[in-house]
Amino acid sequence: MKKNWWKIIAIVFVLYTIVAGFLVPVPAQPILHETIRNLYFHVPMWFAMMTILFVSLWNSIKYLSKSNIQSDIIATQAANVGMLVGTLGIVTGSIWAKYTWGAWWVADTKLNGAAITMLIYLAYFVLRGSIDEEQKRARISAVYNIFAYVLLIVFLMILPRMNDSLHPGNGGNPGFNNYDLDKNMRMVFYPAVIGWILLTVWIFTLRVRIEKLKRKKLFND
Amino acid sequence: MYEKKTEIDIVLEKYFSVCVDLKLIFVLKMLSNQIKYLIIKELKLELRNKYALGGILLYVVSTVFISYLSFKKIVTPATWNALFWIILLFASINAIAKSFITETKGRLLYMYTLASPQAVILSKIIYNSLLLIVLSALCLLAYSLFIGNIIQDLPLFLITLFMGSLGFSSLLTMVSAIASKAGNNFTLMAILSFPIIIPLLMVLIKLSKNAIDGLERWDLDYLTILMLLNLIIIALSYLLFRYLWRD
Repeated sequence: MKKNWWKIIAIVFVLYTIVAGFLVPVPAQPILHETIRNLYFHVPMWFAMMTILFVSLWNSIKYLSKSNIQSDIIATQAANVGMLVGTLGIVTGSIWAKYTWGAWWVADTKLNGAAITMLIYLAYFVLRGSIDEEQKRARISAVYNIFAYVLLIVFLMILPRMNDSLHPGNGGNPGFNNYDLDKNMRMVFYPAVIGWILLTVWIFTLRVRIEKLKRKKLFND
Repeated sequence: MYEKKTEIDIVLEKYFSVCVDLKLIFVLKMLSNQIKYLIIKELKLELRNKYALGGILLYVVSTVFISYLSFKKIVTPATWNALFWIILLFASINAIAKSFITETKGRLLYMYTLASPQAVILSKIIYNSLLLIVLSALCLLAYSLFIGNIIQDLPLFLITLFMGSLGFSSLLTMVSAIASKAGNNFTLMAILSFPIIIPLLMVLIKLSKNAIDGLERWDLDYLTILMLLNLIIIALSYLLFRYLWRD
């Protein structure tokens, strides 16, 4: 139980987010109105995705320096969970966009960034699928992971310079910046971010354990 | 603890620092030597079967001709620009995809015993840049012949093209090294390179659009970003290739 305190925090924070996220009053903003509550569900997904993809990158670097297959398992499962949260982020954003901007998908810098992230990691899985030998697969996909992640970060940094975003808080839209985000919303938003990130990490540790058990079974049979 | 340095200490320190310098110079000299010979090797191999080079050059010209026939006339600069870069992107992928495929297993093994991985990847990048510069020049020539030349600021466009060739070649060389380890098909090469080439492509399209419109002042910010992107890609290839090449 001592080791699992953070799982309890994850459950409590996510439950709190769901209850308080729908019940606590929010400031009335033009355009956004009640959809501002999506802040508690959509935005933390991207925080969680970047966190878990960083775990993946870190373990790819570790694999190249130590050649320990465990790092490869962690890197893959982290990328897997990253895709899961990324998909959830796109779905929550897409539904929200339908009711706020009037379309499921619009040409926006942040959407492009999200789409490219998904493409990169899908390519990563295709690359993994096309190599049979375990050590070779681990090594080569680690190289691609590092190469792609660095370029992705550079892209996410230069992208906002090229166009303005339609997102709330960007380009003069009302939204989540210092003036608009009031005390009530902060009280839900920060626990929401922590809760979703912890929940993601929990799913990730479970997947790593399952993968290890699978390999062990394969080894014993 | 803190003794005063004697004269002998100072002389010794100088001696060692000179030694370190000499070693660095020696290593760099060896690297540049290896790179030189590897590039000569690439050139010789390329000239030995000219049909591969001819094929890729013909690929560009035919693609431009097909676009010319399908588009008839291109009016908007944005379309002109986008089409040009898309043709060049596909031609570059085609040209570079073969850079690690053509190496036979025996030849690779022989190369491992002679050269360092850094020399191999840098020589490939330099050679492919030269190839792409020729390719993009030909592409521009054919494109302006058939579809028309609307560039108002040619120097900026040429600089963009040059930097673009450099960036494309370094990124695609690295990706082709990765793809060559994994079944080696063109599809893999394309899906691995498209998402990560987008930042480069967007900056290039932006800069060349400026050149087409003939803006008064050059956008130095974007030129710097382009330069930095190239540097990052080359540095990453330099660092990561050593984990790729040996099986």
